[in-house]
Amino acid sequence: MIVTPTWYLVLAAALFSIGAVGMLVRRNVIVMFMCVELMLNAVNLTFVTFSKTLNDLSGQVAVFFVLVVAAAEVAIGLALIVAIFRRRHTGTTADDISELRG
Amino acid sequence: MVTLVLFIAFAIIALVGALGVVISRNPVHSALWLVATLLSMAGFFILEGAYLVSAVQVIVYASAIVVLFLFVIMLLGVDREESLTDPLKVQRPVALMLGLVVFALLIGLMGNHWATGAQSATAALESGDGGNVERVAREIFTTYLWPFELTSALLVVAVVGGVALARRSRRAEAASEVAQ
Amino acid sequence: MNKSSMLDYIWLVPALPLFGAALLLLFGKRIGEPIAGWIATALMFGSFVVSIFMFGALRGLPSGEHAHTVKLFDWFASGGFKVSMGFLADPLSVTWILFVTGIATLIHLYSIGYMHGDARFSRFFAYLNLFVASMLILVLGSNFLVTFLGWEGVGLCSYLLISFWFERNSAAVAGKKAFVTTRVGDFGFMIAMFLLFASLGTLDYAAVGEKIGGISSGTITAIALLLFLGAIGKSAQIPLHFWLPDAMEGPTPVSALIHAATMVTAGIFIVARAHPIFEASQAAQDVVMWVGAITALLAATVALVQTDIKRVLAYSTVSQLGYMFLALGVGAYTAAIGLVVAHAFFKAALFLGSGSVIHGLDENQDIRTMGRLRKYMPLTGFGFIVAWLAIAGLPPFAGFWAKDEVLAKAFFHGDYAVWLIGVVAAILTAFYMTRETFLVWFGNERFAAVSAETEVDGEVAHSEIHADSHAESHETGMISTESPTVAYGTAPAPARLNHAPHEAPATMTIPVLILAALAAIGGFIILPFKGFEYLTQFLEPVFETVKPIEAPSFAAGFALSTLAVVIAVTGVLIGRGMYRKGLEDPADDPINRRLGSLGRVFGNAYYFDAVLARCVDGPIRRFAEWIANTVDQGIIDGAVNGVASGVASISSGVRRAQGGVVRQYALVVFAGAAALLIFALVRS
Repeated sequence: MIVTPTWYLVLAAALFSIGAVGMLVRRNVIVMFMCVELMLNAVNLTFVTFSKTLNDLSGQVAVFFVLVVAAAEVAIGLALIVAIFRRRHTGTTADDISELRG
Repeated sequence: MVTLVLFIAFAIIALVGALGVVISRNPVHSALWLVATLLSMAGFFILEGAYLVSAVQVIVYASAIVVLFLFVIMLLGVDREESLTDPLKVQRPVALMLGLVVFALLIGLMGNHWATGAQSATAALESGDGGNVERVAREIFTTYLWPFELTSALLVVAVVGGVALARRSRRAEAASEVAQ
Repeated sequence: MNKSSMLDYIWLVPALPLFGAALLLLFGKRIGEPIAGWIATALMFGSFVVSIFMFGALRGLPSGEHAHTVKLFDWFASGGFKVSMGFLADPLSVTWILFVTGIATLIHLYSIGYMHGDARFSRFFAYLNLFVASMLILVLGSNFLVTFLGWEGVGLCSYLLISFWFERNSAAVAGKKAFVTTRVGDFGFMIAMFLLFASLGTLDYAAVGEKIGGISSGTITAIALLLFLGAIGKSAQIPLHFWLPDAMEGPTPVSALIHAATMVTAGIFIVARAHPIFEASQAAQDVVMWVGAITALLAATVALVQTDIKRVLAYSTVSQLGYMFLALGVGAYTAAIGLVVAHAFFKAALFLGSGSVIHGLDENQDIRTMGRLRKYMPLTGFGFIVAWLAIAGLPPFAGFWAKDEVLAKAFFHGDYAVWLIGVVAAILTAFYMTRETFLVWFGNERFAAVSAETEVDGEVAHSEIHADSHAESHETGMISTESPTVAYGTAPAPARLNHAPHEAPATMTIPVLILAALAAIGGFIILPFKGFEYLTQFLEPVFETVKPIEAPSFAAGFALSTLAVVIAVTGVLIGRGMYRKGLEDPADDPINRRLGSLGRVFGNAYYFDAVLARCVDGPIRRFAEWIANTVDQGIIDGAVNGVASGVASISSGVRRAQGGVVRQYALVVFAGAAALLIFALVRS
């Protein structure tokens, strides 16, 4: 048996779905963040797979940009979390932070 | 054969790790499971010949970002375990169902031609001189120079924003002291 | 550099003060007191220097050309309506920018001293710069719409500056009055533009001038009269004149700027600029001429008995502007412009001089309690006296040549009645300016703290006239006791100065002296002799289609000039006879005895304000209240409230979707992603 690109894509799809479901069901904001990272990684895997399939380096370059965005997002997101946690001492799950409602 | 074995091994680690992130009740455990998934990703990248991306994955993702996560968890002391019941009743079944639907849809789409781009003539993966690292670098610093420079600006903004958000202002401190 | 390409830089002229205004509005507080004023003055001076270069460039154009249009960009284009943001450099606009920037520079310099210590010092200079920039845009516009832009800017700035000391109710009210009154004229201007566009399809000055013959004479007359309505609003002609005397509530440099350089000359400018339209309608020209003549006479009579140093000058400005419109009406455009320039010089000098007086006397504006100030303020006094001789029309000062030119043109045009009115107004002008000058600078000293005896006298007069002024203030609802300007009919407040009046600082005396020098020699650009008519020759290309008015013979012209001298000297001598010794009793002005009950009519400006206030207060107010209570509350607000309550009931249902719980949002986003995937699957 040979490992075809399809295998990678199926795996990436599975990881993406797991990440998405985790993002929806977990209430700890930090874990939700980790699930976002999972989704991003699944996308990276697809990029690299297609880079190989299509014989094009651009896919790998795209991974770099995704990485940069992910890093920036983590920096800002975690800073936001720190700021929020500092303000409120109880009830720090995603459901508790719901002041912005209509 | 070696490739097959390695792929299956990495795939199992990645999937178990991903499930672990979602299922663990303690955020520290989630972070450790995340490391497993991220490292196996690096393994996949090596299998596919993307050596530079693989190295960056280990350095940036598996170490820097995860360490940052752990650091924040420890700093804030939020390693409390989550309760098992979800206050939003429909959330969990709907999310699971949607997840399965999306997975099925992605698989279904794979059979179609949605991923047929023309093969590149300028930045081929296999031909040309130098190794993978050298070629990726050349691509970044020629074709993608402008976006690359913009990402540096993005990072600077993120750093400044992070500092501004996390900094404890004197006034807020005084106010919280009064409140206490 | 090529001359015409140098004219491309004419946009710098308004741009420099505009930049100053923006700079001072944004950072004025930080820049702080003296520097903000110097920045504004320097930018204004830069604008003046650029204007001089523009003048040189315009002179250097080849003989066939005499105008240069600089198109900056397309302002807007919608269908057939296309307007470009463009500047027109021709002799008319360049004449205007030269004296506007020049005088504005001096007034800026003066303001540094005058506004010293004011809490909103830099704000004042920002407004001044914006004011002048608007005026320059008005003058330089290459079409009616750009001019209108500046026109409205001037209106806005006049409002801001007249009510600059808005803590004082009278100042706030005066600013509002100026703004609303000039708005009435602005509507005329706007409707004139609509009519022009509807009938010609263009608003460009050049194109309008070419095409104007092609439309019916009724339309032309309507356009001309509506434009003239705008002009009388800005230039304070009867019946829209009443805002200008109240504009005295602003700081004195603002009065000088409004009266000399900006604002009031805008009306003259627009008539001169749109002269092809007026030339095409004899009826409109007659209206211009008669409105001008009547205003010149009536305003001069009102000025006779005013007791506020600035109010005399204000009515004098109204009267002089009447002369200018008179000249425009008879088709003597260059004579009108000559008077504009000469008037700008001497009126700026008079206003700045009176500002120094007010400053030196601790905000006293009542000429009845001044006198013999030349002893204490020799430099300002010298400048003021030169400007007085100029406005009174004594040769060889600028006012003589300019006014003589206007009257001569009216005479030779065959409008003898108008000429006669002008002559009478000239005597009155010479008289009331002599009155003011002698009461302020010569005669006896009346500003020092008064003795008990006169105080009693003043008390009697006060109670007598108090009822009158009280009735008036009730009618208009506008006269506030806080107002520093002295309305006719009030008794002089007891003099309260405890120290000797002091001379103004150098930043204030130098502008006055420069302006006085210009008032003295400025007339030489408009000498009525062949070969010396510099201004006429310079402006000739603009008015080449206008039939010139020539004196039938040199002797006739000379006779008229001699008559003008006699008139001026008569007026001065009458004034000197009455006021040579000053006033023995500040409450007893000889002019009131001579005029009898007529004095009261003059003093109250023919009760124009009172009648107007009664009209506005009675039927017009009732109509407005009906609109406010019935139409607005019932119909308009009813519709608005109905829409609002409908939206409110819908949104109270929709707001449940915004629960604030992030995970719900994420679920919806994810469902959306699934839907997109389904779409992709179905499509492929």
